[in-house]
Amino acid sequence: MQALYFVLGIPLLGSVVLAGCGHRGFARDVNVGFSLGTFVAACVLTAAVISGGPLFAWQHEFFIDPLNVFLVTLTAFVGLTTAIFSRPYMRVEEQRGKMTPPRLRLYHSMYQLFSFTMLLALTTNNMGILWVAMEAATLTTVMLVSVYRTAASLEAAWKYFILCGVGIAQALFGTVLLYMAAEKVIGAEGGALLWTHLDAVKAQLDPDIITLAFAFLFIGYGTKVGLVPLHNWLPDAHAEGPTPVSAVLSGLLLNVALYAILRFKVLTDGALSNQLAGHLMMGFGLTSVVVAAFFLWGRRDVKRMFAYSSIEHMGLITFAFGMGGPIATYAGLLHMTVHSLIKSAIFFAVGHATQQAGTQLMAEIRGLMKVSPTVGWGLMLGALAILGMPPFGVFASEFLILTTAMREHAWATPFLLLALGVAFAAIFARVQPMVFGDTSLQPLEHPPALLPVFVHLGLGLMLGLYIPPYLDEWYRQAARMIGG
Amino acid sequence: MNGYSGQFINLFAALLLLLAFAMISQRRIVSLIKLFTLQGATLVAATALVGYVTQQPHLYLSAALTFALKVVLIPWLLHRVINRLNVRWDVETLINIPTTMLVGIGLVMLSFYLASPISALSTTIMRGTLGIALACVLLSFLMMITRSKAVPQVIGFLAMENGLFFAATSATYGMPMVVELGIALDVLVGILILGVFMFQIREQFDSLDIRHLESLKED
Repeated sequence: MQALYFVLGIPLLGSVVLAGCGHRGFARDVNVGFSLGTFVAACVLTAAVISGGPLFAWQHEFFIDPLNVFLVTLTAFVGLTTAIFSRPYMRVEEQRGKMTPPRLRLYHSMYQLFSFTMLLALTTNNMGILWVAMEAATLTTVMLVSVYRTAASLEAAWKYFILCGVGIAQALFGTVLLYMAAEKVIGAEGGALLWTHLDAVKAQLDPDIITLAFAFLFIGYGTKVGLVPLHNWLPDAHAEGPTPVSAVLSGLLLNVALYAILRFKVLTDGALSNQLAGHLMMGFGLTSVVVAAFFLWGRRDVKRMFAYSSIEHMGLITFAFGMGGPIATYAGLLHMTVHSLIKSAIFFAVGHATQQAGTQLMAEIRGLMKVSPTVGWGLMLGALAILGMPPFGVFASEFLILTTAMREHAWATPFLLLALGVAFAAIFARVQPMVFGDTSLQPLEHPPALLPVFVHLGLGLMLGLYIPPYLDEWYRQAARMIGG
Repeated sequence: MNGYSGQFINLFAALLLLLAFAMISQRRIVSLIKLFTLQGATLVAATALVGYVTQQPHLYLSAALTFALKVVLIPWLLHRVINRLNVRWDVETLINIPTTMLVGIGLVMLSFYLASPISALSTTIMRGTLGIALACVLLSFLMMITRSKAVPQVIGFLAMENGLFFAATSATYGMPMVVELGIALDVLVGILILGVFMFQIREQFDSLDIRHLESLKED
C-alpha cells in the first residue's frame, strides 16, 4: 500500500523537480533516477500483490489486481529504459541544436508527468478519474510531440490533440451513461463510478444504457488505442515527435488505453447477455490488422512505418481480447507485453539510426551493420521479433491467437494470415537494406545507449522460450478476470 | 413548483440547442465567442436550477466552477488570443452553412432517436433533455469538422464539453465532485496549451488556417 503512494508520488515529484532544473546537464540522470525509483516501487507493489492478493487504497479509490499490476510494472519498466535511452539521444539532439534548454526542461518535466498520468490511469478504481488521467496523458504527450516546434511537429500535435480530444469526449459521454446506469443500482453516494463496486453489481445494470455507454467508451478509448478508422493521429504523432516519445507512445500509451477498454468490457459482458463488446472488438481489431498491414507498404519514413506496425499489433491484441476465452485472453496479455518490449526496443534502435543518418527516410539509412553493428543488430533482431519469427515472444502469442481464431472464428483466419504475411514482406524488405550494404554514415558523437535495446529483446526472447511460473500465474489470473 | 422548474429546465435545454445551431451558422469569430459565453451562462443557470430543485448542493459548486471557467476565464482567454493574433473573421467554412444546418437537423433527430430508450429510464426531472445534450455534443462535433480555422475548431471543442456537462447534469445530477474537478482542470490546461499552439502555428505558417496543417500526408 505504501508502495502505491511511491509509484504515483515519485513521477509527480519528478515532474515538479525537473520543471525547475530540467535544462541542466545533470537533468538527464535525474530523469533516469526518478524513473528508477518508480520502477523499484512498482516491483515492491507487485511483490505485495502476488503475495497478498488484490489491494485497495484511499477509500477504495485505488485498486490493484493482477490485471493492472502487471501493466504498472511494464509501464514503470519501459519508462525506465526509455529514460536511459533518452540520455545520449537528447545529448545529440542538444548538440545539433534541435533541443534548446527550455525545450529540454519541458521535455523532462512532461516525461515524468506522462509516467504519472499513465500510472494513475492504471491504478485508479474510479472510472471518472480514469478518464481524467487519460485526457491528462493526451495533454502531456501533445507537449512532447510538439517539442521540436517544427511545422510538421506542430501539425502532428494539433491533429493529435483535436482527434484524441474529440475521441476522449465521446468516452466522457460513455462514462456519464455508465454512471447513470450505476446510480440506479448503487445510489449516488456509494461510489457509483468505482470499478469494483460496478463489477459487483454488473448483472443488474440496465442493458440499454450499458449498450450505448460501451459504444461511446469503445469509440473514445479506441481512438487512443489507434484502431482503424480512428488511427489518423497515430503515425503523425509517432513520426514527428522525438524518438523516446514514439517509444513510450507505442509501448505504453496504447496499452493503457486498451486496458481501459478491457475494464469496460468486463462490465459490459456482465450486464449484457449478448457478445456486443466482443464482436465490436473483433471487428475493429481485424480491420486494424488488415488495413495497417497494407499501409505498411510504400512508407518512406522509418518511424511512420513502425507506427503502422503498432496499429497492426494493437488491432491483433484487440481481436484476441474480443474473441475472449482463457487462451485468447492469455495470448492477448502476452502479446501486449512482448509488443510493448519489442516495439520500444525497435524505436530505440531506430532513434540512434536516424540520428546517424540525420534523416528518417529509409532510403537514406544504409549499412548500419558497418558503422555501428550493435544498432544494426538491434534493429534487425527487433524487426524479426516484431514480425513474429520464432523463438521470440511475438511468435508464441501470435501462434496462440491464430490457433484460437482457427478453432472458433475460422472466417477470420485468412484475413489474419494475409495481413501477417503482407506485414512481414513490407517490413523485412525495408529493414534488410537499412541494416546491410555499404554506407557513408558516421558514428554518433556520443556512444548510444544500447543496453535497453538488448534487455528488451532479451526479455522478448525469454517470453518466447520460457514464461516464469509467477508470470504465467499472473496472466492466468488476469485472463480469468477478463475472459471469464 | 416542480412543474414550473421543469418547464424552465426544458427552456434552458432548448436555448442550449438553439445556441448550438447559432454557433454553426456564425462566421464571425467574435460573435462565436459571445455565443459560446452565452451557452456557458445557460449551462450555469440550468445546473444551478437543477441543484435548487433537487436540493443537491454539490451542483451549486459545479455551477460555480462552470461559471468561472466557461463564462469568465475561457472567453477572456479567447478574446486575448484573437486580439493578439488579430483574427476576427472566419471567412470560409468547408461546407456552406445551409447544408451544415440541414446536416445538423439530421443529427438532432439521430440523437433523440438514440436517447429515447434511455430517457425513458431516467428518473431525474430532466429526462427529456438527454437527447438535447447529445445533440449539442454532435452539433459541436459537426462545427469542428466544417471549420477550417484554428480558433473556431477550439470553440467547437469547448462547446462539445458544454454539451457533455449538460448530459452529466441531465442524466445523473452531475458527476462526483472529484471527477468534475479533474475534468475542469483538464479543460483549462487543454485550452492553455491550445492557446500557445495557436501562436506557434501562426509563427510557422503566418496564418491560422488549419489547411496548412495538411502536409503530413501518407509520405
